[in-house]
Amino acid sequence: MVIAPSPFDLPESPSLMKTLLLAALAALLLTNAAPAQTTPVQDILQSQSDLIMKSSRRTIGPAIDAIADSGLPQMQSVLEAWRAKDMWQRKSDGLFFAASKNDDGTLKLRSFEDNAVVGDVARNTLIQLKPNSGIRAMIATALVQFQLSDPDPTKRHAALDSISRDPDAALLAPLRASINGEDDAALLARKTRLNNLMTMTYDPDEASRVAAINAMAGDLGLDFRGTLNPLLITKMTVAKTGTTPDANVAAQLTPGTDALSRSAAYAILVDAGLAPPLVTQDARDDALRANIVAGYVADTPVAQLSTEAKRDAAYDALAAQSLAAPRVTDTDITVRLSEHQFFEVYAEPSPAVTTAAKAALAKSESRVAASQMVDLGLDALSLASIYFLAAIGLAITFGVMGVINMAHGEFIMLGAYTGYVVQLFVPNHTLSIIIAVPMAFAVTFAAGVALERLVIRWLYHRPLETLLATFGVSIALQQLAKNIFGTQARPLTSPTWLDGAWAINDVVSISYIRIAIFILALMFLGLFLFIMRRTRLGLETRAATQNPRMASSMGINTDRVNMLTFGLGSGIAGIAGVAIGLFAKVTSEMGGDYIVQSFMTVVVGGVGNIWGTLAGAAMIGGFQKGVEWLNPSNTLAAQTYMIVFIIIFIQFRPRGIIALKGRAAGD
Amino acid sequence: MNRSFIARNPSVLVFLSLLALFTLTVSVLAEGFGVGLISTSFVKTLGKTLCLCLIAVAMDLIWGYTGILSLGHFAFFGLGGYMIGMWLMYERTRQIVVTSLADGVLPPTPEEVEAAIGNQIFGVVGSSDFPLIWAFADSLTLQLALVVIVPGVLALVFGWLAFRSRVTGVYLSILTQAMTLGLSLYLFQNASGLRGNNGLSGLQNLPGITAPQSAVSLWFFWASALALGLGYLLVAWVVSGKFGSVIRGIRDNEARVRFLGYSVESYKLAVFTLTACISGIAGALYYPQAGIINPAEVAPIASIYLAVWVAIGGRGRLYGAVIGTAFVSLVSSWFTGGQAPDINLGFYTVKWVDWWLILLGLSFVLVTLYAPRGMSGLIDALPRRKGEDA
Repeated sequence: MVIAPSPFDLPESPSLMKTLLLAALAALLLTNAAPAQTTPVQDILQSQSDLIMKSSRRTIGPAIDAIADSGLPQMQSVLEAWRAKDMWQRKSDGLFFAASKNDDGTLKLRSFEDNAVVGDVARNTLIQLKPNSGIRAMIATALVQFQLSDPDPTKRHAALDSISRDPDAALLAPLRASINGEDDAALLARKTRLNNLMTMTYDPDEASRVAAINAMAGDLGLDFRGTLNPLLITKMTVAKTGTTPDANVAAQLTPGTDALSRSAAYAILVDAGLAPPLVTQDARDDALRANIVAGYVADTPVAQLSTEAKRDAAYDALAAQSLAAPRVTDTDITVRLSEHQFFEVYAEPSPAVTTAAKAALAKSESRVAASQMVDLGLDALSLASIYFLAAIGLAITFGVMGVINMAHGEFIMLGAYTGYVVQLFVPNHTLSIIIAVPMAFAVTFAAGVALERLVIRWLYHRPLETLLATFGVSIALQQLAKNIFGTQARPLTSPTWLDGAWAINDVVSISYIRIAIFILALMFLGLFLFIMRRTRLGLETRAATQNPRMASSMGINTDRVNMLTFGLGSGIAGIAGVAIGLFAKVTSEMGGDYIVQSFMTVVVGGVGNIWGTLAGAAMIGGFQKGVEWLNPSNTLAAQTYMIVFIIIFIQFRPRGIIALKGRAAGD
Repeated sequence: MNRSFIARNPSVLVFLSLLALFTLTVSVLAEGFGVGLISTSFVKTLGKTLCLCLIAVAMDLIWGYTGILSLGHFAFFGLGGYMIGMWLMYERTRQIVVTSLADGVLPPTPEEVEAAIGNQIFGVVGSSDFPLIWAFADSLTLQLALVVIVPGVLALVFGWLAFRSRVTGVYLSILTQAMTLGLSLYLFQNASGLRGNNGLSGLQNLPGITAPQSAVSLWFFWASALALGLGYLLVAWVVSGKFGSVIRGIRDNEARVRFLGYSVESYKLAVFTLTACISGIAGALYYPQAGIINPAEVAPIASIYLAVWVAIGGRGRLYGAVIGTAFVSLVSSWFTGGQAPDINLGFYTVKWVDWWLILLGLSFVLVTLYAPRGMSGLIDALPRRKGEDA
């Protein structure tokens, strides 16, 4: 072993010297210690050995490239081991191994060539490579190309996820390289899309960036808009009047317009050091306070400084004595502003790219707006079906029978609590909902029949008294529920197949539970129509409500009919309660949230007509969502306006959208 | 209000005498006069109850005499409270701000004072600017006028819209309920300019008054008693004359009154607006005693309770409304205040805090079913001369 005198101190090409030296050393050791074998991985590692061992972020680049570009499949595990600090160098011969720690503190070495176990060795015979975070990031980038072509599709998806989370110019080339070999259609689509998106930002060629932007113009994806927006970031710059800044100018702004107020423009000048700062009120008052001499500020008694005008005058006097910076007057501001021009400048230097991006974004946004309208329509539809569901029981008891049941909301609550109790005993959510629906119907049917028999039937000719008596029942039921179930909200969990949402695109989506409620509302509509028009009960109900005395003289037992009809209406409220409980919390006060809206729905729609109730629900739901769209942050306002709207609407159609005519209309 | 009116309505005289006697008794026994048999907080409770009796008298006029079941009169009550609350809060905050700013080196400018008040009042809703509706908050006279004007105008507009399109019966009830729900939802917004769900607070402290709460509570008690007495007298006078006959006619058969040539809508509107103004005054006296007003106060449930009180007392009789309200609200606060003894049944302890509402609800059903004339029906059952009231 001959070592040249301190070769590392030589200024000229030390790495070459070191490489040669180490290669010679390695060759010596290899020939001595092991029989000759084909070790392409180790050869490459050895050729970069000094760079690897130096482990400096500035010089490591070629080493990583050499490893990554070697085309050897084993290099992925080399890079992974290196990044995970699992690559060790044997001191005796400089060879690199993957190592894992044994329980007894020794290391189990594995060869990079074939992952074969080389043997257990003591720790002190090896040097661990500890790449710093900068190097690890470079290794990760190099690894991407392996991951993008990994045989396991999940790994490829994960690689794409990580690239889209944290895109980088260096990743563009490996991504492009991996597109050709891709055989999975979904992955190919993702790769192509990601390639397009990254081309927009990172491709050095302006023409291909513009082409990529134009190719995707109008796309609804959030990722697309998220890529374009940074391209269009602007900042304000100032130039002397008559000159233009040497940059990609988005617009010139005139101070005093909506886009740039005078004060904002002046603030820009101050920030750029082109104008003295304004004297704020606080600064003025500080200066006044600092210059009080024996109760006077510049000949003005302090006690008199109780208006803005007096304080300004006193400050001006101070400024005249050079005790304070002069105030910037309105004229000063006008002069300064006229001396400068204000520009919005893109951070992106290429005008072609920004123009294309702007056009593409505008196209996307108009399509997003259209999709949002569709989304709003779906929202309104689902809100309308909730209102309809809550109101349909009322459409029977109030609409058909004319009974004001203020406890209707509590029947909804009763149904929801029934569902909750069923879930306590039946843990399977699907099964428990299937049981809960008829159970809720049975419970609220019984409650409705009891209420009708005990209270309402005595009050058929006194509607206002019915209102008050059922209100008494309502507060009693509410308190009873509070006593039994407590004040905190109880969950009614929907089956897993109702979780999630049906996403049509990035903007339009509707949760499955709302679809289910919509279908349930339709089913109830059908059920109502069937019972009222096709069954004996429906016939008798209509007869008994139109003319009870005539009906009873025709042999209809009106007492029984009233009881059953009221029970039916209450039972439907119970089922609605289960449905509402699935997306809203079950509390003892939940009924109150729906009772006024439900009455509104029935009244606005037109009493006594189920289509009216449907129209009322659609109108109220649509209107409320419409107002929310205009003022998205404020649901309360939407509800307020909705009530005002209903009060005004009643002016024009006092009997609702679909009014009964003739004898059925009563009085 | 001549002698013959009192002579024709001896019950008014009896009521006013009893009210005066009650006021006197409470005053003498209150802490404010040193006897201390009645605590300050109970004086406040009694004062608040008198205010509730006043709005119940108004409710009786609109429901018991005119047959319009309004489920929204607490909206007017709350508005009255908000109007006086704005002045109380503004003025008190102004005094605090002026005192604290006086410590500064420079005397405060009006702008600084205004900004500091705005910060104090609207800081909780993330704002510091005065909304337009506070324009008169610095003037007690104007705010006192608004106590009557704002509920009155709201009732006038709402009533005109509703009666004009002949919304009657339960539809009108639901519509009034929607009105108060709408108002309460509006007030719940931070952007309403009335501090959202924080409401207005600290109203029990009268600006510029250093007298102890024991004295202030008595002043409000007297004012409430006076307002109730005057309100009762006014309503009794309204229902005693020809006007009263017409509105009772509307209650019993609206179509017939209309065919007789009376403008039913005008009568209804007049009664609706008058009762709204009385409710506003009641609210303006109630909330300084309660100390705080927030949007929950005008939620629909409050107005329904009002109907419950009047119904239990017996509608169509003014003293019935007063008796029902005083009885139910005092018993309510006794039960829900935790003072009522629990009943131990061995296997279950009945806590009145939990069961009182159930009892109230059920007793309400029973009153509606079996005693539609309410508690005052019991008084009617006593032997008495004919031709009073009703």
